[in-house]
Amino acid sequence: MSPTPMFRSIDELQSALAAHAYVADRSLATAVYLALKLGKPLLLEGEAGVGKTEIAKVLARLLDTRLIRLQCYEGLDVSTAVYEWNFPRQMLYLRAAELEGESKDRAIHDIFGPDFLLKRPLLQAIESSAEERPPVLLVDELDRADDEFEAFLLEVLSDFQISIPEIGTIAAARPPVVVLTSNRTREIHDALKRRCLYHWIDYPSIQKEIEIVHARVPGIDERLSRQVVAFVHELRKMDLYKLPGIAETLDWVAALTALDRTALDVETVDDTLGAILKYQDDIEAVRKRGLPALVEQAG
Amino acid sequence: MMPSPLTEHHLLDHLLAFGRLLRQFGVAINPGQMLDLLAALEHVEIGRRDDVYLTCRTILIRRREDLPLFDEAWEFFWAMQRQGKGGGVALPDSRVKEVRIPRRLQRDRPERAHDDERPREEQEEIEIQMSFSRSEHLRHKDFAQFNADEMEQARALIAQLAYRMSLRPVRRWIGGNGRRIDVRRTLRHTLRSGGEMVMLWRKTRRLKQRPLVVLCDISGSMDRYSRILLQFVHTISMGLRDVETFVFGTRLTRITRMLEHKDIDEAVQAVGSAVQDWSGGTRIGDAIKEFNFKWGRRVLGRGAVVLLISDGWDRGDPELLGREIARLQRTSYRLIWLNPLLGMPGYQPLTRGLQAALPHVDDFLPVHNLHSLEQLGAKLADTLRR
Repeated sequence: MSPTPMFRSIDELQSALAAHAYVADRSLATAVYLALKLGKPLLLEGEAGVGKTEIAKVLARLLDTRLIRLQCYEGLDVSTAVYEWNFPRQMLYLRAAELEGESKDRAIHDIFGPDFLLKRPLLQAIESSAEERPPVLLVDELDRADDEFEAFLLEVLSDFQISIPEIGTIAAARPPVVVLTSNRTREIHDALKRRCLYHWIDYPSIQKEIEIVHARVPGIDERLSRQVVAFVHELRKMDLYKLPGIAETLDWVAALTALDRTALDVETVDDTLGAILKYQDDIEAVRKRGLPALVEQAG
Repeated sequence: MMPSPLTEHHLLDHLLAFGRLLRQFGVAINPGQMLDLLAALEHVEIGRRDDVYLTCRTILIRRREDLPLFDEAWEFFWAMQRQGKGGGVALPDSRVKEVRIPRRLQRDRPERAHDDERPREEQEEIEIQMSFSRSEHLRHKDFAQFNADEMEQARALIAQLAYRMSLRPVRRWIGGNGRRIDVRRTLRHTLRSGGEMVMLWRKTRRLKQRPLVVLCDISGSMDRYSRILLQFVHTISMGLRDVETFVFGTRLTRITRMLEHKDIDEAVQAVGSAVQDWSGGTRIGDAIKEFNFKWGRRVLGRGAVVLLISDGWDRGDPELLGREIARLQRTSYRLIWLNPLLGMPGYQPLTRGLQAALPHVDDFLPVHNLHSLEQLGAKLADTLRR
């Protein structure tokens, strides 16, 4: 196994990201670089589809390590985020032990061993940080979890340890690389923010977005990529309920390539609007504004 | 443009001075962050101004709203350095104060601190306390006819209102009398009794208060009502956990923060000075559209109940109003339109705007006297429907 790649400068990280088809501007690269160097969690906020989750995936590939993902939702609790005992198995074991005449103390001791522990993402992340390469832990859409979970996470992120009553405390040998994302459907608590480095990811510039399209869809027609990105940027200036993100741009490009298109025309755009706009009202608003003019504008 | 590079022995002074400046700009920074910054700067090239800038920004800023403040502070700091005012050492306080600090940008404070907010007892009794016996006639008198003295009394009575919001189940489980078996707990107790299962423990979904969003019309036609209704809104937001408040006339203003003043007069005053279109015209459709686009996804996500308080006199486009109301209804748990005119005998909601909006409203209720506020309390505490 090759040693963990460690970056000596922001430039180096930036080009490594680019080599993995992630076009990061310097500010994002700086934030990621510092998070790695200082061993701090990185909190990424931004509109949906600007590449918050993607950066964690790329980081895992880049660091040649495992990505452990915790998708947050309302009601997420310790047994789904950290660990749970495998109850059916414990019961079976107890019955079997009874039949074999094993002593009660022994049996109870056994069932709280590692074989019966179901490890959920947070515990996995802390445990496997003892391995040669600490994993990348992605806590996705933290804003969807509720306050109680956030408070719990705070504890985990400050000490990188988890205590299990029956076993004891499990501490991380080294802090894992942690990326948290939020779509800002609510504010993340300040106490948690204090533990993290913060970065707001904006929509990219036209030039940057063209680069992203080329990085993600190699061999795409130069003209098509320029038109698509220009079109999407026009849409982002409009008063839409849900603005298209980079993810939508890429979806659209995929749709257009699947249709063998090398340039935008009004009819194709009309047929494929659903790939970039996710609300019927928005689609109507764009049609009302006039597709021919928009296509014209996109060049 | 390029300022003299930060030299080694001056670095700390510079950083501290910049940190202090940033605090004066209103960005909350703690000493821990300054230490982090020192550690971070060891990893970047101090000579590259951009990198130093990005590093400072990454470490010191925790909120999107603060990013423009940071940029301003940064520009300001270097401008002062260039003029030699910084002098390479920590800026004396007076020096910083002399220079006009740009007006604090509009920024939101974090949601009310959750630090001490343990989940409250879920099953508090649903109750509406009203002790109005003394002034029965006041309960049914229209707000518009209140004199100053009665206004005072009404305020006191409103302050006594305790509203309970309807509860909804969340996905989190707690121990209780539900149908699901709580295996974790059962097993733990089983072990305690030496492996014999004495009883099955059960669990149930936790209940949580629904968020409340209030959109209050403060245009001219609402004049006689809006001030007292604002008192009412203030009372609600003091008593409940999750309340977002907006007022609108021709434009929408978020006043949630201002209503956090404990003192009701201060709160109303703060609202008064922040809102620019008191007693002006009304464009309900535009206001709701603005709400839908800018705030909808942020504040309606958790099954919110929306109170729209307006008399429905609208100078905007009825079609727009209908469309936006429909969207508002789709994205909220329940949309309640409160209309003070509903209390007038013989009133018919005939305006074109209201006609367009009404099909998309879950409840259309009067809100013209204390009695109607009381009934609203019962409505809000209503049992779960969906």
